Amino acid sequence: MEFKHDVIIVGAGLAGLRAAVEVAGNTDVALISKVYPTRSHSGAAQGGIAGALGNEEPDLWEWHMYDTVKGSDFLADQDAAEILAKDAPRAIYELEHMGVPFNRTADGRIAQRAFGGHTSNFGKAPVKRACHAADRTGRVIMDTLYFESLRKGIKVYEEFYLLDLLMHEKRVVGLVAYELATGAIHTFHSRAVLLATGGFGKVYKTTSNCFANTGDGVSAAYRAGVSLQDMEFVQFHPTGIYGLGVLISEAARGEGGILRNRYGERFMEKYAPGLKDLAPRDVISRAMAREIREERGIHGRDFMHLDLTHLGKDRLAEKLSDISSFVRIYLGIDPADDLIPVQHTCHYMMGGIPANLDGQVLGENQQVIQGLYAVGECACISVHGANRLGCNSLLDLVVFGHRAGKRIVRELGDLAWNPMPKEPDKSFLVKIEHLKERQKGESAWVLRNEMQGIMTAHCSVFRKKEDLEKALAGIQSLMERYEKVVIDNRGMRFNTDLTEAIELGSLLNLSHVILVSAMAREESRGAHFREDYPERDDQNWLKHTLIQKTGEVCRLSYKPVTITRFEPKPRVY
Amino acid sequence: MEVNFKIYRFDPETDSKPYYRDYTITANPTDRILDCLNRIKWEQDGTLSYRMSCGHGVCGSDAMKINGRCALACQKLVKDYEGKEIILEPLPSYKVLKDLIVDLDPFFEKVKFVQPYLLSTTALPEKERLQSPENSKKLDIAIRCILCACCMGACPVLNENERFLGPAPLVWAFRYIFDSRDTQYLERLKQVDYSHGAWACVNYYECTRACPKEIPITKYINTIKREIQKSKDTNR
Repeated sequence: MEFKHDVIIVGAGLAGLRAAVEVAGNTDVALISKVYPTRSHSGAAQGGIAGALGNEEPDLWEWHMYDTVKGSDFLADQDAAEILAKDAPRAIYELEHMGVPFNRTADGRIAQRAFGGHTSNFGKAPVKRACHAADRTGRVIMDTLYFESLRKGIKVYEEFYLLDLLMHEKRVVGLVAYELATGAIHTFHSRAVLLATGGFGKVYKTTSNCFANTGDGVSAAYRAGVSLQDMEFVQFHPTGIYGLGVLISEAARGEGGILRNRYGERFMEKYAPGLKDLAPRDVISRAMAREIREERGIHGRDFMHLDLTHLGKDRLAEKLSDISSFVRIYLGIDPADDLIPVQHTCHYMMGGIPANLDGQVLGENQQVIQGLYAVGECACISVHGANRLGCNSLLDLVVFGHRAGKRIVRELGDLAWNPMPKEPDKSFLVKIEHLKERQKGESAWVLRNEMQGIMTAHCSVFRKKEDLEKALAGIQSLMERYEKVVIDNRGMRFNTDLTEAIELGSLLNLSHVILVSAMAREESRGAHFREDYPERDDQNWLKHTLIQKTGEVCRLSYKPVTITRFEPKPRVY
Repeated sequence: MEVNFKIYRFDPETDSKPYYRDYTITANPTDRILDCLNRIKWEQDGTLSYRMSCGHGVCGSDAMKINGRCALACQKLVKDYEGKEIILEPLPSYKVLKDLIVDLDPFFEKVKFVQPYLLSTTALPEKERLQSPENSKKLDIAIRCILCACCMGACPVLNENERFLGPAPLVWAFRYIFDSRDTQYLERLKQVDYSHGAWACVNYYECTRACPKEIPITKYINTIKREIQKSKDTNR
């Protein structure tokens, strides 16, 4: 079928929903989501949303902006970081007005707690800046925004999976989507498309990301010729449950939790004497990897302990109940009595589709691509630079989701209906037909396991040239083998065997892009640490990476970082 | 260890009626049932369909019947069923679309019926509305609901009477009835004050037992009933 809507939003996480709330009402807007509504991965965000409300102690947006820029290792565009920090209180009050059930202070205001890298007075001491609803902040914001967008009458196509972005002479035309329930391929004709498709942590073996985070939107944009920005910057969260990757929120350390090595030492005192366990994630993950390398992991193995035993049962029940229950269910231990085995775990992609301050996607020569928008983890605006601070993600989603929504409303009158290409769905029809016909080859899960193994072994917290080269060769060979991937399921209804095979294509593409970008950047900055180039090199590398697909090869280029208030200086915590 | 699974299979397009299929896999006691499902699908039978996403009991995708009880496949471990064959079936009370996937549209329609959003006629302050920690605490367990529908599948009343509003929508009603910021308290009570609303619950407690987020659902429904009664008494 061909559907037609003025605006199509792809992805029903916080960024897509916040934009939807803005656009819905007077505009014909549809939301498509590959998972059933309210299942999106924003819901897994636990700890909070940052904003200098100053409800617990004095705070200023300038301090928040400074922390964001320093946390980014000075790669964030400072005009974007300024908007993020300045707009945060408004965005949070607005969520409260919509009904988000935040925890409260004794006098009834929104409660705040400490979080990694957030400080007062330009780095002097940790500050309570994270607004939260226990440890399920993302989930309650998502539910609030979802029902709010329904109330405003948005049309939702649930369990529709984005296959392809349709462009015509560098303008957006619409997209092609696969309906999971029926196996039908549909085309959507539109004047504006907003991509809010999230991250792609599934390129790694151990990740806090959900199964759906396979970078479909980022990969579709890349295939359509859009360049991707800063793809080498992959965040590893210090505290995923060992082996599983289920996240133990930074809020656990915000509430006073401590990381310990096999000797019971609070090792972060060594690496970040100022902020210790509340240093930014890249710093802590690297410290953990270093401890493990030097055989100070627990029992000499590849994990550390998170100690919450001193917090007491009441505090755990009140402020960290979800994570306490994860620990009980998956490890069979009680965090009030036992130490939690944790491991650094792939968590967040700083890179993505380059977009300006209103979420408009930037194409060649940084010109806006008419009708195409991107916000959230799939986008790179860039507020997080080389490393994102905890609680800045939910904030990014609502601040820039709101801005992109407003921009779309403002601009829609000027956006034309561009003609649909002939047989827009043909390439995927053929691809799927071939997939279903092929009898001999390898299964997607075999290739996916290998890919995740390669990326985890060679492109995690520590990187070096020979490892990256090895990984690149490995991924390239997997891409060749992927041409002959086979599936077991030839049916039409809920054929997840088929969609997983298609998702793997996106993941392989993105692994490749991460590796090429990482290999080129011969310095260490934020989450990208090169053992062969251990220092930050502002002289040569204070710039954003852009990578573009041109035919069968990819081309790297760079663009400057916007610096307004804070000149780069050494980053110590 | 070897674990035996018996899984409900049905593709309305090709099967005249549902059937069960047996699978045996090697699993660790601490593996999630979802891990086992994935292994079965990836390594043995790609035609098996089920929903999943976050894998740790937050998104609510993988509600199903596991050995007769509604639960999330990602929250139950192999060791919870030690020594037994594990039987997986779709969530009861809903139409099966394929295998373990059911049509949840009727569920979400019922949630929407209770208007699960804040309704307030008071003017918005410039900053946040104030809410005392005591009032905020009234909601802190209800807001754990992840809309997985385990309680709906487990409810014996709902299994018999599809017009019953059901436990989860009543949790959402509770969440807004007792939100001090919401001004539609009486209207919200009226909304669930009908024979297939709050009153259809007859305290089986199955919802409470099934809830993967440990929400005392039955207790909340009883609280709503009392509140309805109270509002009528004071208005009389």
